[in-house]
Formats: sequence, C-alpha cells, structure tokens
Amino acid sequence: MHFCSKNKRPEEKSMLDAQLDLSPVLKIIEEKRHEKGSLIAILQQAQEIYGYLPLSVLKCIARELGIKPAKVYGIATFYTQFRLQPTGKYQIMLCQGTACHVNGSERIESTICQELKIKRGETTPDGLFSLESAACLGCCSLAPVMMINGQAYGPLSAEKAVAIIRKIKAAESLSLVGGEAQ
Amino acid sequence: MKVRLGLGSCGIAAGGLQVLEALQKEMESRGLKLEIQKSGCIGLCHHEPLLDWIEDDGQVFTYGAVNAGRSVEILEAHLAGRGPLEAYLVSSSDEPAEFLQQQLRIVLKNCGRIDPESIDDYRRQDGYSALQKALAGMSPEEVIKEIEVSALRGRGGAGFPTGLKWKATREAAGFYRYIICNADEGDPGAFMDRSILEGDPHAVLEGMIIAAYAIGAEQGIIYCRAEYPLAVKRLEIAIAQDRENGLLGRRILGSDFSFDISIQQGAGAFVCGEETALIASLEGERGMPRLKPPYPSESGLWGYPSSINNVETLANVPWIIRNGGEAFAALGSRESKGTKVFALAGKIKRGGLVEVPMGTTLREIIYGIGGGVKAGRRIKAVQMGGPSGGCIPAELLDIPVDYQSLNNTGAIMGSGGMVVLDESSCMVDLARFFLDFTQKESCGKCVQCRIGTKRMLEILERICRGAGREGDIELLEELSAHISENSLCGLGQSAPNPVLTTIRYFRDEYEAHIREKRCPAKQCQELLKYTIDPDRCMGCGLCVYACPADCIKGGENNQPYYIEQENCSKCGACLDICPERFAAVRVPGT
Ligand SMILES: Cc1cc2nc3c(=O)[nH]c(=O)nc-3n(C[C@H](O)[C@H](O)[C@H](O)COP(=O)(O)O)c2cc1C
Ligand code: SF4
Ligand code: SF4
Ligand code: FES
Ligand code: FES
Repeated sequence: MHFCSKNKRPEEKSMLDAQLDLSPVLKIIEEKRHEKGSLIAILQQAQEIYGYLPLSVLKCIARELGIKPAKVYGIATFYTQFRLQPTGKYQIMLCQGTACHVNGSERIESTICQELKIKRGETTPDGLFSLESAACLGCCSLAPVMMINGQAYGPLSAEKAVAIIRKIKAAESLSLVGGEAQ
Repeated sequence: MKVRLGLGSCGIAAGGLQVLEALQKEMESRGLKLEIQKSGCIGLCHHEPLLDWIEDDGQVFTYGAVNAGRSVEILEAHLAGRGPLEAYLVSSSDEPAEFLQQQLRIVLKNCGRIDPESIDDYRRQDGYSALQKALAGMSPEEVIKEIEVSALRGRGGAGFPTGLKWKATREAAGFYRYIICNADEGDPGAFMDRSILEGDPHAVLEGMIIAAYAIGAEQGIIYCRAEYPLAVKRLEIAIAQDRENGLLGRRILGSDFSFDISIQQGAGAFVCGEETALIASLEGERGMPRLKPPYPSESGLWGYPSSINNVETLANVPWIIRNGGEAFAALGSRESKGTKVFALAGKIKRGGLVEVPMGTTLREIIYGIGGGVKAGRRIKAVQMGGPSGGCIPAELLDIPVDYQSLNNTGAIMGSGGMVVLDESSCMVDLARFFLDFTQKESCGKCVQCRIGTKRMLEILERICRGAGREGDIELLEELSAHISENSLCGLGQSAPNPVLTTIRYFRDEYEAHIREKRCPAKQCQELLKYTIDPDRCMGCGLCVYACPADCIKGGENNQPYYIEQENCSKCGACLDICPERFAAVRVPGT
C-alpha cells in the first residue's frame, strides 16, 4: 500500500504507525544487540523492511537498546540515507552531481517539479512519485541522469524526463482502469 | 573465443544487461556454448555499453554503443568469419582507442579485463603473488620500507605519505589495531573508487591484507558508500572467496598472520569521508569530526591505533610489492610518484576513467585522452577536487598534475574528480552549486562552517538571482578567510576553495552578474527570459513540440508563436530547437 503520511493528520498517522508489525525489527535488534556500534546498521536494515523509518520503529529501537529516543532520532536525521516518510511507488532519483549539474540537471529538476507539482524530497498526493536527488550516480558519461526504481535514464533533456514520467503515469492509470474492470 | 561485457554501474545504466539477455537468448537458440564474461569498467564510459570479442589467440575487438540488435550482428559477423565489424568497432588490441593509448594503467590494469567475481581470473594476472611474497619473505618493517621507498602518497585527497602512516600505526601503543579502507567517495562527480571496487575488488583486498600485515592489524573494515550496491556485492563475493582460499581468516597462507575483513555501509553523509568522522560513524554515532591530534594512527576506532587508507591507495600496494618501491618511484614527477586515476566528465568529448603518470599535463589528459570539448565549443576551465577543490582556467592547462603544481593554482589534486567546463558553464553558478553542497553537508559542529557557508551561499544565490550588490565579492573573500581559518575539519577549511578560485580567475563573470544583472554563460535561470521574436518566427512550431511546459502559444494561421512567461520553466529547449536560420528564440545577450 502506498500512502503519503505527510498529508494525513497526526492522529491518523500514529494510527497507521501503531498498526505496524514490529516483529521484524525486533529480530534484527536481537541479532545485532551485542555488536558494538551497530545502531546505524540496525536502522539500515529496518529501512529496508519498511521502506522508511516509522516513528514507532525508532521508538522501539531506542527502547530495546536502552538508549534515548532523541539519540536514535538524531542519528536517523543526520544521515541522508534515512527517510522518516514513505516514498512513492516510483522513486525518482535525479542526479545532482557536478557532471550532471553542468549538463543542466537543475533545469530538469524544475521541469519535473512543475510536471509533478512537488518539490525535491516530496511525494505526490496519489503516492505514485517521489523526487529525490543524488550526488553522482556513477554514470557521468550519460549526464544528466535520473534513476527511477533503480533503472537509469540518460542523457536526459527536460522533454525526455517529462515524457518518461508521463509514460509511467499513463501505464499506471491504464492498469488502474483495468483493475477496476475486472 | 569468448565474449566480454562491461557491466559496471555505467555499463548497466547504458543498457548492458539487455545486451547480456539478448546474447544469451541468441546463443541458446543457436545451441551455441560461448563463454560470456562479465567485467567491470574499462573506462571507455563514453562508448557504453561495451562488448569485447576475444579470439583464442588473445586478440580483442571492442565494440561500443552496443544494443541487443547490434550484439547479435557482431556475434554473427565473427562466427561467419566476417569480423571485425568495423561499423561499431571502437578499439582493438592492434589499434587501441586513442583514449586508452595514452594511459599508463597500474591501478586500473585489470578493470574491464577480468571478471571481478572470479578469484581465478585475478590470480591469472599475478593476483595475490604480492601477498605471498610479503608473507613468505618480508618482515612487516620491510613491507613498510618498500612503501616508503615508493613514495606513495594517499589518494583520498590529503596526499599524506602512506609509508609514514603505516609506520606510525605500527609503532603506536595498543594491543589491537585496525586497517580501515575509506570507500566513501564523497566528491559528487567522481567515480574512481567505485570503478576499482566494481572492476577489481581483489586488488583492494590484497592491498588491505598486505597493509594489515605491515601494521599488525587483525581486523579490517571497508567503509563503503551506501549508494554503491554493486561494489558492496562484489566485495562480499571477493571476501568470501578469500576466506575459502585461506587468504583471509586464521593463519593466512600458512603463516602465523591472521586477519579478517568486514564491510560497513555508510549512510549518506559527505563528512563521513573525513577520517575521524568515519570512525565516529563506524562506532554508530553521528559522523562528526573531532580534533586531531590524537591522530587515528594513535587513537582510532574504539581508541585503538587505526590506519585509514583510500581505495586507490590500497590498490597500488600489490603492484609496489611485486615490482618494488623503486620501480614505482621511477614513475611520475619529482615530488609526486606513480600514477593517478581521474574520473573525466563534464563537457568532454570522451569521458571515462583515466590513469596517467603524475606529471602529465592537464592538456594531455583533456585533449590527448579526452578529445577536448564537444564540437564547436571552447574549453573554459577544469574543476578538480570537487567541493574541496577549485577551478583551473584554460590558460593554465599546461601545468602538470602533481600535488604542488595543483595547489599553486588554488585547486587541489583531490581524489580525482575532473570536470571539464566550456563557455556554457557559469562560474558563479558553479561556486553556488558547491557551496550549496558543503552547506548541506556541514556537520554543524563549528560555527564558522555551519553558519559561514550558509551566509556565503545566500550571497551567491542573490548574485545568481540578479540581486547582487557592490561589495559582495569582497564579503565573500572575507567570509572565506574566516571559515577556512576557524573550521575544525577539511570540509570547512576547504569549503571556500570553489568560490575563491572562481573569483580569482573569473572575477569579470561575478561583476557581470552584480553590475549588469547578466549571466554571460546563460545559465542563471532567473536572469534569463526566453522570448520569441515575432519578426523572425516562421511559425514552424518545432518549439511547441519541444516545450515540456506546454507554454508556447499562438501560431494559428501562420502567426508567430509566443511564450507564456508564467509557466515557462526556462529549460532552454525552445532555444536549442529553433532552426539556426530563423534564430527566433531570444534570451538576453543573444
Ligand atoms: C570532508 C572530507 C571528505 C573526505 N572524503 C574522502 C573520501 O570520500 N574518500 C577518501 O578516501 N578520503 C576522503 N577524505 C580524506 C580522508 O580524511 C583521509 O585523509 C583519507 O581517507 C586517508 O587515506 P589516504 O591517505 O589513502 O588518502 C575526506 C576528507 C574530508 C575532510
Ligand atoms: S568544519 Fe564543518 S564539517 Fe568539519 S567539523 Fe566543523 S562544522 Fe563539521
Ligand atoms: S524555455 Fe522551456 S519551458 Fe520555457 S518556453 Fe522554452 S521550451 Fe518552454
Ligand atoms: S554527476 Fe551525475 S552521474 Fe555523475
Ligand atoms: S562502467 Fe563501463 S566503461 Fe565505465
């Protein structure tokens, strides 16, 4: 299920949070409890399971490890890898490395933002797309580059980027219609 | 004969896996049993996806821009004895591409040539013979001596002599020691370390095991950027192979030296490339640097002596042990020995991975190897060292790449990012880009770095917006001095470099923005206004199709088109597509 918790009221969000199954994260903690300095690794694995780090998971980790929730939260917000919000079904990673920047990645970003009506770091209300930036995806000779769910596209132009996104949108609305017809 | 596919990150991004699939299908349908070797990045990234056809006598034909259909064509041609297929050929063992000809490959020797997931492939290239040599016939002190003779300096940016670092770690008091490989590669526009890890992971491991033996470490950790999943996967495979083969674990190769390596993934913080921040991150804390001394060689991970070495530094080690420190010191320039790998990118014709002896001039790299800038453009500058480095203007391209000469320009060697800029790159915008990066990545410990970079960014932003004021340049210079003087770690100390070097060499561009509210390179979006000249517009409508914002209107009955400014995202597509003979799309300055 994809939802954008940002648009939910706080009590609704905590409801969703409360329904979370915490057993997988408890299992990870059990495995790592005795390793020194394993907090980051625990957070990484937890994010892999849930797709992001829900507040209840952070609290659970703090409780189990016997450290203050503030510390866990501090670490989760220090590192950019950690997300406290769920991402869209299609995660757009637009490269903002130097090579992509000098080849016009910022213009592509503003065009994508205009197309999806979101800003960097946000998710569309329908939960379909989220836009994030990356520093060098490692294929600078294809600059400017974006990756959608791990698949790289490049060299991009603003039109190309929009065309790719529109194609996904079209495919999604088709499958939705198809699903309802069944 | 066999086929080899370049399946590094950029090969995969360019469609390498689709080629693999097509080839496998084709062979299956023909009942053909031909080996398909998967390799890493050979560096010809501008020709990706790459396919090598290797004859039994060792002749190699390299094809570029291969897709599913072409790969089958190539296969057919060679099988029918019609090879090589000239149309797609980019390099061959008889006639290597210009890009490869002028390089000297020590670190990249195996990249793109061997299967990184096969220890046997690595062994066939003398792999692990250096480790054998060290364990069988050299004392740890002799290994350190050899590295000192080679005059190898750290390739992670600071250029500290590796031999000295190892010696200090060995001699420091402590009954436990660590060797840590810094694979955090934070420069946003550099991918040398990633390519080495993906293309030849065993070389890094061998270097690390030798280093561990030299300093007396029992435990090694590779701190790898989280954004490099393929590198992590290949390292994991290589480590498992080493354990199976007695190259890691207890009593390595029958000696009484025991050592093992684990991988820890970073979590996306540039500052964690700094060694003390890296240690904090390994300890599960926020990655914040601390004051040195004590240096990690005295008190590192968990307080034990630790040597932190960069990926490329370690990948040089096996070669040095095999060939001797003197052979290495014979390469390069007087002060800087050996070779350096660069990730050549930006407005360059042939981008990719480049390894040259120290002392090669920038011009030789950019023109000789990279083929210069794209057609019809003029090179303006080259950015080296990423957010800690600076811009070297085109007039200075004849300086050699060595630590000292580069420092003299205000830039640095850095870890090897080399981004070429042409006249369409705005230097003020580039300075803003890097400051935006460092400002976000500052760990926040030092006031000057945390707030100073923010203030500098604000000034740069207003200059780019056309709201710059007289005196802004001087203010930037003043803030720069404060920040580099009063910051604890290299991030803050070097954060002003991109600004200072662009002011030094391109002051006129700053002045054009501030005084004339003009961006000479036509990059600063807010200083641009796209309009269509009604007298020149022929109503061809090309721009309407190109415009991603659908904001070009008009055009009925051959009327000229016009741009609805409110919706224009200033992407420039209309300017690019408007036929030259009409040249109807205008931006200030054209
Ligand atoms: C902000 C900052 C970022 C750094 N990032 C890296 C990095 O990504 N990779 C790296 O090897 N060294 C990086 N360094 C340099 C390391 O602190 C350290 O000098 C280096 O890893 C030592 O290895 P070497 O002697 O083999 O170069 C960075 C330094 C600073 C100040
Ligand atoms: S200089 Fe900047 S990044 Fe370095 S310790 Fe100080 S605040 Fe942190
Ligand atoms: S600059 Fe881009 S968005 Fe603006 S009119 Fe031209 S094509 Fe459309
Ligand atoms: S800078 Fe974008 S892929 Fe390297
Ligand atoms: S990854 Fe294939 S040549 Fe660079």
